[in-house]
Amino acid sequence: MSWGFLRDLLSGVNKYSTAIGRIWVAVVFIFRLLVYIVAAENIWKYEHDEFECSIRQPGCENVCFDHFFPVSHISLWALQLIMVSTPSLLVVFHVAYRENREKHHNQKLYKSPRHIDGGLLCTYLISLILKIGFEIGFLALFYKLYNGFKVPRLVKCDITPCPNTVDCYISKPTEKMIFLYFLGATSCLCIVLNLSELSYLIFKYSIKRYLKRYTKKHQ
Amino acid sequence: IDWGTLQAVLGGVNKHSTSIGKIWLTVLFIFRIMILVVAAERVWGDEQDDFICNTLQPGCRNVCYDHFFPISHIRLWALQLIFVSTPALLVAMHVAYRRHEKKRQFRNGEKINIEELKNVKFHIRGPLWWTYTSSIFFRIVFEAVFMYVFYYMYDGYQMPRLVKCNAWPCPNIVDCFVSRPTEKTTFTIFMLAVSGICMMLNLAELCYLVIKICMKEPKRTT
Repeated sequence: MSWGFLRDLLSGVNKYSTAIGRIWVAVVFIFRLLVYIVAAENIWKYEHDEFECSIRQPGCENVCFDHFFPVSHISLWALQLIMVSTPSLLVVFHVAYRENREKHHNQKLYKSPRHIDGGLLCTYLISLILKIGFEIGFLALFYKLYNGFKVPRLVKCDITPCPNTVDCYISKPTEKMIFLYFLGATSCLCIVLNLSELSYLIFKYSIKRYLKRYTKKHQ
Repeated sequence: IDWGTLQAVLGGVNKHSTSIGKIWLTVLFIFRIMILVVAAERVWGDEQDDFICNTLQPGCRNVCYDHFFPISHIRLWALQLIFVSTPALLVAMHVAYRRHEKKRQFRNGEKINIEELKNVKFHIRGPLWWTYTSSIFFRIVFEAVFMYVFYYMYDGYQMPRLVKCNAWPCPNIVDCFVSRPTEKTTFTIFMLAVSGICMMLNLAELCYLVIKICMKEPKRTT
């Protein structure tokens, strides 16, 4: 699967971020994207083939697999990575819009198109809130669908056409569980980074506005 | 497998490393990442398909495989490489911060040669020395931790030909046969040896940096 576009997006975003934002990009890139591509994808590669039920009834394995894994862990992981990286596009677009406007009017409209103030600050804060929302949303989805990050060795299935309650065995459950915990931990780390960036920006700009108002009052 | 970007980042770090650091990077790329990508994938590719147990009981093979290989060797090596390469990022970030400071000075009107700014090489002194030394320390720690985890999880570095498995639903003690055990043992020992070499290079670099700083101190005080 070609993740090149996400890599380019993240390196583009890096330019317009604060320091904490750059740490976030590094964490997403190395501990989530790289681990996904290099390790996780291969673990889940043959999950359907290796899912074995203790029965010869045709169709039973398919139906049971579909019942216990409506959306595969790995697909959820990939979706999460994409959704969490996308809000940064808002910032990229806004900066491009500013630069375009300056070119169109042929004069310096902003202190610097990349400087985070005014409209760009709002966009940046919205992108942070969206990122946090998506992270929490996906973690909640994982919990709802799979009851946490536990992967059982054995599931009992009795959906037609399985004739009665059948034992089905999941392949590599321990390895999957370890990587799912890794995914959960990095998600939480990213949420913490985003929250601290949010508070840092809000704090910094409230202080700036307060000081501006204070000096204006005294003039 | 997309190691290209890690390569790009580490290549950037290369400029600001000591000579031992450059040797370490070369060893990392050629003997570890390339070998992992080219050879290990081929050898471990069919590990579960060709793991055969002497029973027709459905599910027994899955359970036995999971019991004896909680994490596959190649995944552990991939994680080890990622963790061992990450401290170099600290150095890259510190250098980027210094470069940013110089750019700011230039923008504020001080006279700095633009060409010099582009190709500036930061010498490992002061705060950068601390960042660099702690990154090497963390590298050594991560290498050691992963080598220990390997040893602990797999009871040594040899891949057995046959494992005896008794986990449910296997009806009784079942013989299970691992695919390509000799080839896997060879690669495991190779990767272990290269890890050891990398660790020694890191230790040597650490000693070199410490000695360099200690030699400079008396000169400054006299």
